[in-house]
Amino acid sequence: MVLWNLFQTFFIMGFVSFGGGYAMIPIIEAAVTKYGWMSTEQFTDMIAIAGMSPGPIAANSAILIGYTTAGLSGAIVSAVAILLPSLFLVITAASFFIKLHHNPVVERMFYGLKPIVTSLIIFAALKFALANNLITFQVSFRYISTVIIFGLSLFALLKLQWNPVYVIILSGLVGITLYS
Amino acid sequence: MKADTRLLFQIFWTFFRISPVTFGGGFAMVPLIIKEIVDKKKWLTTEEITDVIALSQTVPGAVAVNSATFIGHRIGGIRGALAAMFGVSLPTFLIVLAFGISYFHIHDNPKLEAAFISIRVTIVAIIVYAAIKIAKTAITDKTTFFIMAAGVPLLFFIHPILVIFLGAITGIIAIYIKKKLGYDTEMKKNKEDDPTNNPDYYMGAGI
Repeated sequence: MVLWNLFQTFFIMGFVSFGGGYAMIPIIEAAVTKYGWMSTEQFTDMIAIAGMSPGPIAANSAILIGYTTAGLSGAIVSAVAILLPSLFLVITAASFFIKLHHNPVVERMFYGLKPIVTSLIIFAALKFALANNLITFQVSFRYISTVIIFGLSLFALLKLQWNPVYVIILSGLVGITLYS
Repeated sequence: MKADTRLLFQIFWTFFRISPVTFGGGFAMVPLIIKEIVDKKKWLTTEEITDVIALSQTVPGAVAVNSATFIGHRIGGIRGALAAMFGVSLPTFLIVLAFGISYFHIHDNPKLEAAFISIRVTIVAIIVYAAIKIAKTAITDKTTFFIMAAGVPLLFFIHPILVIFLGAITGIIAIYIKKKLGYDTEMKKNKEDDPTNNPDYYMGAGI
């Protein structure tokens, strides 16, 4: 039953997986809440590990959530589920020599899809900010320090153009220094 | 396009070796794909690779997996596509699984717990960064800004998959109405943002 739920979730997600992995967080989150697979905190950790690993973030998250909920078989089922739509769609497009990127209907679709993908990512950021108490009015050492870490992380990514993987690793070291 | 087993294994092995460099986005793979597939193996030309990568971004799914599957299909048909997909996915599957297993074995460790307090906040920053990066190419006019602004509150009430469909339909309808009203819609900000010229800024798929 768990395996079937995993398969269903990631198979359907595979068909709408536009715009890089982070846009898929709301879809995964909806399934995590619906089936009660894990806490939001644990879910955030899964996304962090997915972001630290090589490979597509959506597939990595699917594998990690599969592993958490149903062990190795869960990981395999989730990986297959997310790959099958890609396989099917790519072979279809390739077999019919469809020049999708110059097709006017597809271009119009993307005109609406791209802003929606932006909304999905903003929504994911909001959800995670709420879950990790970034949006609150409690003034404590923990709160102020996390806001500073958030600001510095964003600065490193936007202005210094650091690779996200390095930012995560450095942030982990800061966490060990501050909170242990 | 029947491919023999040796060719299939070569396709598998080529993508198996390229795959682990897809750190932080599939586009990191492009120079290596060109080196291996075009220069060394001479399976395809650079123009064909450029076409494949542009097409890979239009099909749902990760750019790295899609472009590998496309290339595999060009070289060895459906079995070639499968070999390439398996090759590109297996290394990252094993790496992420190893990370996941280690996390479960040591996540009670106070040092790791402390690290993750900070990492969780950094993940929020990374997602905000992803949103800013994609907004730069997605928000080209008032209509796209409106679609984005309406999408966020909608997501609190409606399932994300439905919102994605609504977005695509809205895009088609919006351009239809604009055409009727006589407006010309600029779908890309400028020539440099053309996905074939600058793949990194298209759909934010490089994140």
